[in-house]
Amino acid sequence: MCLAVPGAIRAIDATDPDNPLGRIDFGGVLRAVSLAYVPEARVGDYVVVHAGFAISLLDEEEAAAAIADFRALDALP
Amino acid sequence: MSDIACPLPITDYPNVLLAHGGGGRLMHEMLTRRVLPALGITDSGQTDAALQELGGARLAFTTDGYVVKPLFFPGGDIGRLAVSGTVNDLAMMGAVPHVLSLSLILEEGLPFETLDRVLASIRATADAAGVRIVTGDTKVVDRGKADGLFINTAGIGTVPAGLTLGPAQVREGDAILVSGDLGRHGIAVLAEREGIGFETVIESDVACLHRLVAKLLEAGIELHCLRDLTRGGLASAAVEIAQAGRLGITLEEAAIPVAAPVEAACELLGLDPLHVANEGRMVIFCPQAQAEAALDCLRADPLGAGAALVGRVHRDSPGRVALQTRIGSLRALDMLSGEQLPRIC
Amino acid sequence: MKYVEEFRDGQAVRAYAERIRRLVTRPWQIMEICGGQTHTIVKYGIDELLPPTVRLVHGPGCPVCVTPVGAIDRALAIAARPEVTFCSFGDMLRVPGSRKNLLMIKAEGGDVRMVYSPLDALAIAEANPQREVVFFAIGFETTAPTAAMAAWQARRKGIRNFSLLVSQVRVPPAIEALMEAPDNAIQGFLAAGHVCAIMGTEEYLPLAARYRMPLVVTGFEPLDLMQGIHRCLTQLEAGRHEVEIQYARAVRPQGNPAARRMLGEVFRIIDREWRGLGVIPASGLGLSEAYADFDAEQRFPVGELPAADDHGCMSGLILRGVAKPRDCPAFGTRCTPEHPLGATMVSSEGACAAYQRYRRLTEEALA
Repeated sequence: MCLAVPGAIRAIDATDPDNPLGRIDFGGVLRAVSLAYVPEARVGDYVVVHAGFAISLLDEEEAAAAIADFRALDALP
Repeated sequence: MSDIACPLPITDYPNVLLAHGGGGRLMHEMLTRRVLPALGITDSGQTDAALQELGGARLAFTTDGYVVKPLFFPGGDIGRLAVSGTVNDLAMMGAVPHVLSLSLILEEGLPFETLDRVLASIRATADAAGVRIVTGDTKVVDRGKADGLFINTAGIGTVPAGLTLGPAQVREGDAILVSGDLGRHGIAVLAEREGIGFETVIESDVACLHRLVAKLLEAGIELHCLRDLTRGGLASAAVEIAQAGRLGITLEEAAIPVAAPVEAACELLGLDPLHVANEGRMVIFCPQAQAEAALDCLRADPLGAGAALVGRVHRDSPGRVALQTRIGSLRALDMLSGEQLPRIC
Repeated sequence: MKYVEEFRDGQAVRAYAERIRRLVTRPWQIMEICGGQTHTIVKYGIDELLPPTVRLVHGPGCPVCVTPVGAIDRALAIAARPEVTFCSFGDMLRVPGSRKNLLMIKAEGGDVRMVYSPLDALAIAEANPQREVVFFAIGFETTAPTAAMAAWQARRKGIRNFSLLVSQVRVPPAIEALMEAPDNAIQGFLAAGHVCAIMGTEEYLPLAARYRMPLVVTGFEPLDLMQGIHRCLTQLEAGRHEVEIQYARAVRPQGNPAARRMLGEVFRIIDREWRGLGVIPASGLGLSEAYADFDAEQRFPVGELPAADDHGCMSGLILRGVAKPRDCPAFGTRCTPEHPLGATMVSSEGACAAYQRYRRLTEEALA
């Protein structure tokens, strides 16, 4: 239902503390995205973006664990 | 729980929508059901330009309107587009382009500085392509009636004796090649447009392809069909050719070159790169045995550096295009439906 | 793209399919609630990789599909007003109301704009104080916080020429309605990852317990879906019924606290009508009292609109998972993406459009 895409925070503009804007890099495409809902986000973090808002901070450890799980599966006979 | 409550079908639009110009199925329907019958045209030929025998010469003749917004975008502008688009329509017939007409529709209030920049770009593109602008026209319309300026160009080229390209020449077993990575033009223009707010490093692929076609012919490649991949993208072109040639096409998703930022922009906006417009890319149908030679020839030229073998023609399910997905399954590939609209869900 | 590409590995997808084949001992029906997941399933042919005893049922999680025709008609009436600049996500522009869609209103001279974010609509209002800017707020809990933020900012900045036409819906009451339907045959759910990124899993615990069915919060890439299906089947085979998070890289059990706070501030829970499902209690969001001034329905009363007729579209049955698109006599003939009869064909994530776009080939091969 909701198209959301992960991207990396390259810079944060907190001029408006109620609506900090992140400069998000989606594999070479940049867009300003509201970080209002991920106040804990820092430059370098990955966030999941929907309709101009970061809706979740991407947990890179969880992602790495999932990928490792798939790789293990690949190796099965 | 209540029962079904559905809307009235919109079976026919009473007015023209932007989607009717999107290069997809709606435009196709408008042309085949309305425009061509109204003009009494029964043999549209399904090619980018008309092939006419006049006084012993084989001429390719084409015309095209250019209404891009913004007028200047990364990698090009409306002037460059207006020359290369028409040159490419001729080139897709295997023609050598010679002369162009140029019709300008200017909006009241357009800064002369803008017009001068566009004219300079037209001249530079035409000079580089080796075509001459030999006739033209200028009109001015009220403020608000055009996005700065519209351009129409028509072009004439000569087709070498014995050479006929088109969907009817496509054969079972043909290889399908693209001349480079897809989607750059559409995304570059979209990114510049208001309401999207993207910054990208993506430049439009806008370019004249006639020299690349000439190189393929010189290399002895037996070309069957060429199509420049403008609005509607590779998917729409493949479907049109499959339908017109009554053959089946299978494309391999993993083999289709798409630059990473184009792919990313498509992910963000919910678009399919196979439907996104290009202005300097073509699809090439030639015998399988010559696919490698054709690729070598394309890749030796900067405009074809990203060329790839992306599919093949077969006799199964004629008129249909299948895509072999990255995970190995097959799915149908369709023409772009209407205007390409970014989506959030 | 990082964190996308890794989840599309074909070899791993096929390895998962094999794992699922070994696991399953009897037939099961699982519903993926979210239209985005339906899109991935059909686009990649994921259901074809599953054993025939595992049936995926496509759910009503497509905001375009479930927005009732009356709400679209109201949007069209407001968008046609000369003082209004009507902003919508691209998704809603082609959805038919009784007689027209937003693209037709635009062709007739209405000021209809496509925006990527509700904040873009707010920026249009700020830049054009002489216009009345209306944002068409559709969607599930994922999208609701984005609209909420636009309303909150408009109020804070005193932007008076901005309002929302709200047609927001909530997932859990819809799951409940589906499970309560007498013809229900769904045994497990893939819950929508992005909705749960906002809302967390709290609301799903009582559902899993009451209906004794597993609920796996799942992501949107092919491998996410294979893993979500595998986990759901593992629970079913073991007779368990728990709420599990497959999409752990984006979803925490508590959801997104900041977004949930904003939802509580701007919206209140109301009953809402769903296309094909009827009125579901507590299934919608409306503006709270403090934000009543920003309600486009109040600002632009359009009166009673004539009710729409039923023209033979089965989208209701399809949205409930009772029928598949190919069961509909109009599918692919009278009803196509260019001339949709119903919403499931309009939205590219609607089940019918997904089938039309990706499936025709297989169906013809089978015929």
